[in-house]
Amino acid sequence: MNKNRPLIEVKNLKKYFNISEGLLKSKTLKAVDDVTFDIIKGETLGLVGESGCGKTTVGRTILGLYKPTAGEIIYKGNPVRNESDFKNFRKKATMVFQDPYSSLNPRMTISDIVGEPLDIHKLYKNKKERDEKINELLWRVGLNTEHASRYAHEFSGGQRQRVGIARSLAVNPEFIVCDEAVSALDVSIQAQIINMFSELQQQLGLTYLFIAHDLLVVRHISNRIGVMYLGKLVELADADELYTRPLHPYTKSLISAIPVPDPKIAASNKRIVLSGDIPSPLNTPKGCPFHTRCPYVIEQCSESAPQFKEISSGHFVACHRTDKIN
Amino acid sequence: MSILVVKDLCTSFFTDAGEVKAVNGVSFTLEKGKVLGIVGESGSGKSVTAYSIMQILSPKGKIISGSVKLHSQELIGADENIIKDIRGNKISFIFQDPMTSLNPTFTIGYQLTEAILLHTDRSKKEAYNRAVEMLELVNVNEPKKRMKQYPYELSGGMRQRVMIAMALACEPDILIADEPTTALDVTIQAQILELMKKLQHDLGMSIIMITHDLGVVAQMCDEVLVMYAGSICERGTTSEIFYNPQHEYTKGLIRSIPSLSASESKLKPIPGTPIDLLNMPKGCAFSPRCDKAMKICLKEKPGEVIINGNHSSSCWMCIKNMHVSDEFSKENKFKGGDYSE
Repeated sequence: MNKNRPLIEVKNLKKYFNISEGLLKSKTLKAVDDVTFDIIKGETLGLVGESGCGKTTVGRTILGLYKPTAGEIIYKGNPVRNESDFKNFRKKATMVFQDPYSSLNPRMTISDIVGEPLDIHKLYKNKKERDEKINELLWRVGLNTEHASRYAHEFSGGQRQRVGIARSLAVNPEFIVCDEAVSALDVSIQAQIINMFSELQQQLGLTYLFIAHDLLVVRHISNRIGVMYLGKLVELADADELYTRPLHPYTKSLISAIPVPDPKIAASNKRIVLSGDIPSPLNTPKGCPFHTRCPYVIEQCSESAPQFKEISSGHFVACHRTDKIN
Repeated sequence: MSILVVKDLCTSFFTDAGEVKAVNGVSFTLEKGKVLGIVGESGSGKSVTAYSIMQILSPKGKIISGSVKLHSQELIGADENIIKDIRGNKISFIFQDPMTSLNPTFTIGYQLTEAILLHTDRSKKEAYNRAVEMLELVNVNEPKKRMKQYPYELSGGMRQRVMIAMALACEPDILIADEPTTALDVTIQAQILELMKKLQHDLGMSIIMITHDLGVVAQMCDEVLVMYAGSICERGTTSEIFYNPQHEYTKGLIRSIPSLSASESKLKPIPGTPIDLLNMPKGCAFSPRCDKAMKICLKEKPGEVIINGNHSSSCWMCIKNMHVSDEFSKENKFKGGDYSE
């Protein structure tokens, strides 16, 4: 897969937020701290991690919704830097949000919601063409023309998410950031939407950055998966490789903690239950961010941060003790 | 020994749009020392069932009929003082959202001792000691320091531990946990489930575990009720439900989850949209989404048939298979599946 040219390259991306703590005092929250990865055309890159690990911030910073503190986003070999670059980039890169309830304007009809990106980027010549495009988009996501004049509140969660997807497809994108796009849905509906993402990918040749915390879903949909912890990417590998041969102790515990929907496996599963909570991102530990919870911690871990390096082909990990613990 | 018996429970919400039958004839028995799972999707009535047992429904909700017996004492229609004595004392509740179920204006210590002072004869000092002891039990580090802290100072996992400590402070017979780990991260979820399992074992209490996550059920429960549209559509031991599901909804639910081992190219979702409780179909509630629906499914509600032991299902397909097997041979009883119209 490395032979293929990446569609998007993320290089040393950093996003810090300043959190004010009263007058004149402020703290730096390192939401994303030096993250580097590629996304290859036509693939789905999964990004997993627990709340506060920075996975959503990565997605939003790539699309320019946040201004990066440092680092670069490169689209088809060209760096995306200023506002106008980002505006052009967003004709090719869109987003599907987590909450189908708050991401659709309740005062707009479905056709206006789906048509808004067309309006902004002026992608039609006349009203007839606009309507045709909207109808085609609705059809793509399994809705029909009759839905176009209705409002979001008339739909169920799954249908709303379809509307959100139709909106993200409006500009005819190459790349879609799916930020927890199926987390708010019931399992039976979730499966419908996941299948739709795969079908759309095949039909339209889309590339996805699929951000989620549900490890079963991510495994199902992704070609490669990156694991984040406290703003850093700790491991990145092919989906199968990551689940069968996780190298980072955090990935190991994450995968062993998945509640497997099978009583026999659940009973025999040896869980690596981590002690303690995730440290606050306002106060990240020195050295390896995971050393406060790591069962294999040594002195070195609290002193220097491990490098993110390729251990075997396409399998990256950031851990001082990879050789010793595996 | 059964400690809680629920019979034909019906709870409705009277909204402006009409009566919503959220729970429609639910019966089950909870055995001492067992974990009973209630699974279903949003709107299936699993939480309302639990709220009805505790009688903590919102003002629009009303228990229409049915009986809830705790140690053979009837709770429906009982005096409010009796119910108050049972809540938090005999039956405790853990809510889904640890962020909103603690009062932000009181310290952890105040909230923990409140329940103890209310339900026992302990003095303030004894209640304080008991609260510290409970925090230790649920593995909260530095319990004495935590007693003085406010909920916003704790993480989500820590708050859920406090909720569990509060729920268990009076040594209840039954703990009802409504999606206790849904709001938590997976490594924290693993900690909390492990803790609940250990405490259940050590204290010998019964748990009703309400969840939409079949993974949590597989890990925690002895028996399972599967709910759809306010009714129980299938019940049985956890292994029967997972390895021998009979109701089409249960089968669909299990098929919908991506598996961990094989990365199959396509999931098999249940078609259609979730049920509209204001417009319930006449026959089986699942029939509009069921690809094996027969004519009778659209007309009449199926009764419950026993598959084996305490595994039973409310599905016309099962009933039909039962008849077919009676007529032809007893061995074919559980083969089932290919008789659709």
